[in-house]
Amino acid sequence: MKIGRITCAALSVSLLALAAGTAGAVTYQRGNDGNPETLDQHKTSTVAEANILRDLYEGLVVYNTKAEVIPGVAESWEVSDDGTVYTFHLRDDAKWSNGDPVVAGDFVFSLRRIMTPETGAKYANILYPIAGAEAVNKGEAAPETMGVEAPDDHTLVITLAQATPYFLELLTHQTGLPLHPASVEQFGADFVQPGNMVSNGAFVLESNTLNDKIALVKNENFHDAANVALDGVNFLPFEERATCVRAWEAGEVQSCSDLPTEDVDRLRAEYGDAVRVVPYLGTYYYAFNHDDELLSDPEVREALSMVIDRQFLADEIFEGMLPAESFVPPGIGNYSTGSPKTDYFDMSMLDREDKAIEILSAKGITPETPATIELMYNTSENHKNVATAIAEMWANVGVNVEFNVRDASAHYAHLRDKGDFDVARAGWIGDYSDPQNFLFMVESDNDGFNYANYNNPEYDGLMDAAAAEIDLDKRAALLQQAEALFMRDLPFLPLLYYSSHSLVSPKISGWDDNIQNVHPSRFISISE
Amino acid sequence: MTDMTADATPVLATQSRSLWATALIRLRRNRAAMLSLFVLIFMLLAGLFGPMLAPHSYSNVYTQYVKVPPSLSPYPHAENIIPAAESALSRARVDIGTITIENGRAIIEVTSEREIDPRISRYLDRSDVFFNGEVTEIAADGLSATVEADVQELYFIMGTDANGRDLFARILISLRISLMIGALATSVALVIGVTYGATAGFIGGRVDNVMMRVVDILYSLPFVFFVILLVVFFGRNLILMFLAVGAVEWLDMARIVRGQTLSLRRREFVQAAETLGVSGWKIVQRHIIPNTLGTVIIYMTLLVPKVILLESFLSFLGLGVQEPLTSLGVLIAEGAKNMRNAPFMLFWPAATMTVLLFALNFLGDGLRDALDPKDR
Amino acid sequence: MLVYALRRLVGAIPTIFIIITAAFFMMRVAPGGPFDQERTLEATVMANLNKTFGLDRPLYEQYGMYLGNLVRGDMGPSFIYRDKRVHEILAEGLPISMQLGMTALLLALAVGTLLGTLAALRQNTKTDYAVIAVATFGITVPNFVVAPVLSLVFAVILSWLPAQGWGDWRQMILPVIALALPQVAVIARLVRGSMIEALRSDHVRTARAYGLPSRMVVVKHALRAAILPAVSYLGPAAAALLTGSIVVEQVFNLPGIGRYFVQGALNRDYTLVMGTVVIVAVFVVVFNLIVDLLYAMLDPRVRYD
Repeated sequence: MKIGRITCAALSVSLLALAAGTAGAVTYQRGNDGNPETLDQHKTSTVAEANILRDLYEGLVVYNTKAEVIPGVAESWEVSDDGTVYTFHLRDDAKWSNGDPVVAGDFVFSLRRIMTPETGAKYANILYPIAGAEAVNKGEAAPETMGVEAPDDHTLVITLAQATPYFLELLTHQTGLPLHPASVEQFGADFVQPGNMVSNGAFVLESNTLNDKIALVKNENFHDAANVALDGVNFLPFEERATCVRAWEAGEVQSCSDLPTEDVDRLRAEYGDAVRVVPYLGTYYYAFNHDDELLSDPEVREALSMVIDRQFLADEIFEGMLPAESFVPPGIGNYSTGSPKTDYFDMSMLDREDKAIEILSAKGITPETPATIELMYNTSENHKNVATAIAEMWANVGVNVEFNVRDASAHYAHLRDKGDFDVARAGWIGDYSDPQNFLFMVESDNDGFNYANYNNPEYDGLMDAAAAEIDLDKRAALLQQAEALFMRDLPFLPLLYYSSHSLVSPKISGWDDNIQNVHPSRFISISE
Repeated sequence: MTDMTADATPVLATQSRSLWATALIRLRRNRAAMLSLFVLIFMLLAGLFGPMLAPHSYSNVYTQYVKVPPSLSPYPHAENIIPAAESALSRARVDIGTITIENGRAIIEVTSEREIDPRISRYLDRSDVFFNGEVTEIAADGLSATVEADVQELYFIMGTDANGRDLFARILISLRISLMIGALATSVALVIGVTYGATAGFIGGRVDNVMMRVVDILYSLPFVFFVILLVVFFGRNLILMFLAVGAVEWLDMARIVRGQTLSLRRREFVQAAETLGVSGWKIVQRHIIPNTLGTVIIYMTLLVPKVILLESFLSFLGLGVQEPLTSLGVLIAEGAKNMRNAPFMLFWPAATMTVLLFALNFLGDGLRDALDPKDR
Repeated sequence: MLVYALRRLVGAIPTIFIIITAAFFMMRVAPGGPFDQERTLEATVMANLNKTFGLDRPLYEQYGMYLGNLVRGDMGPSFIYRDKRVHEILAEGLPISMQLGMTALLLALAVGTLLGTLAALRQNTKTDYAVIAVATFGITVPNFVVAPVLSLVFAVILSWLPAQGWGDWRQMILPVIALALPQVAVIARLVRGSMIEALRSDHVRTARAYGLPSRMVVVKHALRAAILPAVSYLGPAAAALLTGSIVVEQVFNLPGIGRYFVQGALNRDYTLVMGTVVIVAVFVVVFNLIVDLLYAMLDPRVRYD
């Protein structure tokens, strides 16, 4: 009897599911950059993961379609006058997909877990502004010493080491997403598997097959479920961008998250507004090794920068990117002053070339008596084309280029290990919208990112002053001064600002172009 | 199997002396093979001397002409001259008046609110479209002038690549590189593979077993790491690349030759030679290897394209040819990326490769027929 | 023969052990590690990661641990795909690669043998040249050209078949063709060459002289000898096809294991690379054994002692 009833109930449930599945269920086939390495928000590091986790979980604050910070699990918050204490008030109706309420303690649990060294969190450092976090991550202090507390279920207090004007931006990053403590305790690292995962976002995980797809279905327990139009999202990983384009053209996916740059012009001509090329928070640059004999001369660096026709690079080599005349990309937050202007960008290319020839020939470098430098880049078709074009521009003023090509892992290991090089390609995509996230790279004590070995106490001083400044306008002015030094000394040679390239079906609404290239499926709907 | 003995003796007698001479005579009679031979020689010459004779250097960048399609008429096309002049002079910050073109010379009137710099014609010279630019007339107040320049006619019969280099010149240089890689890597593979395979197959037994296990081991090692390590330890050079490719590609060859040898060494004429007391190495040299040549040649014609295409992957890992040199494999890989926006970038290198391989295959088949020891 | 096969399989164990050892140390000598990416990691974070994955221990210890786990059937955690263990990843992808590779192999063998025989029977006629032409084209035009063109023509322009993905049989057609094409070409050429030889050999001539119908002679006698080089080629070809093809998998977005061979190496996903090495090693050993046995079956002159 009992068994019969259970089977019966199961049957009716599956029938219901079947009915729901067929009756006009809208599933968004969404092209993603590639395979996520993990769905554990604490181990994550890639954009592909960010896109999926944003749909699965809801943080304290979230991005809307325009990448503006709006309330998420936190309904409201206050910041202390000195900018170091954030008090978040959590909404009452926030629930996990299994019906449990989302409480402040869940966030405390999560923030402690990401800093625990054993977690092996790739992006733990993004939350270092929290008081005591770095010490915990280094294994020097217990997780409980961090500045994160839950006075009651609906209040979360986060104390920062010092004022951080971009802290709310940081919390939109996937590392700030909560996780369900009970499932983590029950399943350990396997809490991310389909069937185990309990999430609090607009969708829940249904299946996850490497290189095939990650299927999400609508979370009926989500507090704003009534306004979620989609019944499901399938994230399809496309390692080959041209494959996504063909799938889109064949109607198999509704959007692509990246496009082959060489094909952008053709796609624009053919599909018009479906092609979205939008400025992105990133800069493509070459690092100059300041310990190199030739390149330690600031005038040489300046001359090498002057002769690069960035407009040509942007128009012909890297379709859709923008010529970079500063290191911090335009449109970034907390930068009211904007990047400083550099004189020679107003001069014509010919004058710039003349000037560079003048500078270099004074040092005995001419096309007849050329200097040779080695340009190191990691393998990729476009890096090769850019390097070839720049080599040509430099050859005109007497600097010959030899190429040293490696695969990405060897390339970055070489840079990290402070291996010898002259000029090396790199790129930086901001993790949060703040100039500090770009300019901190060449602080003299930044071992990881300061490939140039740039060491300027004045620069460090300005960065320190900016970090201590609470007034956003004054802080922007300090950062601008720092960037002016950057552009004078050129630890890195900015070449192009990245742009994001997407292909979006006209049937999709709720996809707004924005500098973070963030498009939560929660706000997206598909018309027939 | 008794019928085998019948032909064993004549093979023994004639083979060593006239194998190559007979083969040559027979090859001459094969028209497809001879035509292929000429095509190959032509390509070889094109690769060797073409880059010197080509109208453009393979490394010369024409910034105005990035990815322009192939055309038998010269660039710039008439309708593009005026926009080119406008864009060249726009960098000089002057207002452009009328532009007329007479006998391949562009006459441009310019005005400016500031005094016009007489160096202005340099902007035209810098463009790939014009040369011999000069300011022919400058008004007394210096605010208006006439600039003239000859239109430079450039032919890109196969179009240009993603950096604005002549594809025809690049195909010529790539032929040189790819033929060299193909020939050297294949010979390395051939020599090692045939010797190794024939030895293993002929000796047989335990030695064969061990030798073939070595092949298995080499076959299973991750190739990408092998290449990365080569770059690390020996730096980047072409010779090394041939060795790397040859060192990998002989494995299949060895296996095939060994298989054939196993079957050959049971044949009566080999056993007869053994009974006569001919030394092992002599038998391998005189009887085994010649009899495997047919298959080996065919396999060689398969190996060449494989090697040429594999080279593009090596370039990707930093071991292959580096810019501005290029190879057919690299050109085809670049073309494949651009197949939808600039199909000619794929078409011409692929067409060159196809012609090359057709010639190679027909020649290979001709050689095989000519060398066939049973067919004379 | 059974004894021989068993001996070979037992004998393969040291071979596989040598392969694993060589690959393990070879990989570690190469510069770069799994955590060197476009986005450089903070020093503390890097130290934590190295500790989590045991990379901070001496190499011999890591090697010992790897072997220990392997014996127990555990290939360790992937360094890149952190939610899965390597054997889980391979178990997901291998059946798909096998299905694709097997279909492509059978197709290539059937079509290749047919074309090669046809060409040999009509040596130096138009049919022959046509076959050589098709075969040459198949070898010349690389996968990374053929596969996108197939997808473009049949999926985007004609809308007959899906452009990518895995799940139903229609999604298999284009990848199988793309995988089989170069193999068809190779097999056709190998068979043509040896078929010409076989047709001239004395026992076939004798058979013909006895008045056996020519079709039967071809099938029974000549093909048997002619297929030998193709069979020895099949060993490596099968291993290559079954472990998938990175290009075809990427172009058609298939969840096979082929892409791990190159990507795993480029990502320095040590355990994943070791997983692929083990798979290749096993395939190579098994297929070579099969080839050798087939050889003995097809050619009575070959004997194994």
